[in-house]
Amino acid sequence: MGYHSIVCVKQVPDTANVTAEAMKENGTVNRAALPAIFNPEDLHALEAALDVRDRFGGTVTALTMGPLNACEVLRECLSRGADRAILITDRRAAGSDTLATGYILSQAVRKLATYDLVFCGRQAIDGDTAQVGPQMAEKLGIPQVTYFERFVELTDSTARVRRNVGNGWEVLETRLPALLTVLDIANLPRPAAARRVMRQKRARGRDEVSREINAQMPDATDALKEAELQRRTLALQVRGLLIETWNLDDLEADLQWCGLAGSPTKVHRIQSIVLTKEGHTEIPPNEEGVRRMIHELIVDHTLG
Amino acid sequence: MIEPNRKGDVWVFAEQEDESLSDVSLELCGKARELADRLGVKAGAVLPGWNVRELSYRLIAHGADKVYFVHDTRLEHYRTLPYARVMCELIGRHKPQIVLYGATPLGRDLAPRVASEMRAGMTADCTDLQIGDYEDTKAGVTHRDLLLQVRPAFGGNIIATIINHDRWPQMATVREGVMALGSGDPRRSGEIIEEKVAFTDFDLAMRLIERHREPRKVNLKAARTIVTGGGGVGSKENFKLIHNLAAAVGGVVGASRAAVDSGFIGKEHQVGQTGTTVRPALYIACGVSGAVQHRAGMEESAKIIAINWDREAPIFSVAHYGIVGDINKVIPMMIRAIKERV
Repeated sequence: MGYHSIVCVKQVPDTANVTAEAMKENGTVNRAALPAIFNPEDLHALEAALDVRDRFGGTVTALTMGPLNACEVLRECLSRGADRAILITDRRAAGSDTLATGYILSQAVRKLATYDLVFCGRQAIDGDTAQVGPQMAEKLGIPQVTYFERFVELTDSTARVRRNVGNGWEVLETRLPALLTVLDIANLPRPAAARRVMRQKRARGRDEVSREINAQMPDATDALKEAELQRRTLALQVRGLLIETWNLDDLEADLQWCGLAGSPTKVHRIQSIVLTKEGHTEIPPNEEGVRRMIHELIVDHTLG
Repeated sequence: MIEPNRKGDVWVFAEQEDESLSDVSLELCGKARELADRLGVKAGAVLPGWNVRELSYRLIAHGADKVYFVHDTRLEHYRTLPYARVMCELIGRHKPQIVLYGATPLGRDLAPRVASEMRAGMTADCTDLQIGDYEDTKAGVTHRDLLLQVRPAFGGNIIATIINHDRWPQMATVREGVMALGSGDPRRSGEIIEEKVAFTDFDLAMRLIERHREPRKVNLKAARTIVTGGGGVGSKENFKLIHNLAAAVGGVVGASRAAVDSGFIGKEHQVGQTGTTVRPALYIACGVSGAVQHRAGMEESAKIIAINWDREAPIFSVAHYGIVGDINKVIPMMIRAIKERV
């Protein structure tokens, strides 16, 4: 009994304060130059999945695609209650647009094989496209329900979902498995439990362990490093602290549909926003100035 | 569908609900007309629904040469899968080179699904569309007459121009209100073509159980005057100032994201990239700093008044009248001045 949920999360640059220096010449983003955060709406997707598990039983698997540093958001998922975390990382996935990303993630879901629900945040704050969820659903050949607010009913094979469409709401019944994109109004994400945080901050992906070994034993032979890597990852796995790492070969992904090659959209050019100081009429903040301005607006028929 | 197609028409997905067309569909018909003329092809609209044939005339008046309508009870209310089936099927049949959708909740649900099935390039939330060339210096090839899809990205901090040169159709969603809504020419003539589309069981795997619509209480798009309060208003109580000024000028109350996030007022009032895009005759920004996301949603306004204590606030860069001062003093002065004159 219960539902097997997969949650797709993304580590995003905090786009609130971006400067031109954060852009590379080819128009892509230099993510390293910005603080990286958990995409806000993905926290609500995670909460929706955890809530289903708490109420009905089952499992929650967190999935992300990104560089090694993206393990950070997976640790956050584990701290908040996810049962399993998987990082998809592969240089050949770099430059993927939404279509290629949707394809790669769908391959990961296929590899997981047993699932009832896939949750995504509605959109990520770096691109604001809201495309990856629907594109994943299409690649998986399952229905999508965007703008998820809550479940009205869940049965073994169907879900009734209330979705918010801006000017109202509707309840859809879909068969399972289905993919849902979750709105920020759907729920209040639980804070990470202190006990879990203490435990899960030690969770590591294999490549992170490898990086640590290289730093700690710079003079060791490769064979020794490899043995140490095996020992440590096994220890992590036994304690349930290993973040699984998959590459495109593990996913049996068709490379034609990944990375730049698999991305039909290309960035043609990027312009940073520059303030255009065309100049305006400055009105002094007094009765006389304000009266003159209102007079002008009435004369040119803007007002009245 | 790897072979790009540069001969097809320019299409618009005509979004209707309860037999009423969305404004953005009409805005897009005007834009499609312009793009089609530039390319020397026809502008088409796809109109799925039930009993919606009559709407074809409005699409034609706004610029469509051909309307493909699909009349089916199962299309009465929008559901992703049957609508996606209609689009994919008709795209396959008639091979448009460009397909445009409104960046509405519906359009943003439908378009990526269609793009994924067609393996087409897709750009969300465009604020401008042009036709232009792209020189691929690596391959030494120039791709002529591509759709240049212009959109803010990265939280609105950059403007990106996106192209799709090796797949088709070129698809984009376009923000509501950024293309001008013409009045339409009822004398324009066009072809109305009925299309049949068959659905699979999977297409019908979702059922609409219940549906509730609220009339838009705040109509920012239709407002002639908008008075917007920002984070600088300071509190929910103080937002009364904004309501008072709006009442005095006969305008509608708008808000910046900061004001909405601070709980001063509801999200339906929000102007900007994540809210509504507006172009009123007069826009009065009070205590709005003018983040790029906000400016993107209002800078097309005919006249802009900015009131802010901070001389360096970016809002002044798009203003016609700037008042550096305290809104708590300036707004009452404005209300008095208006009452004196009108």
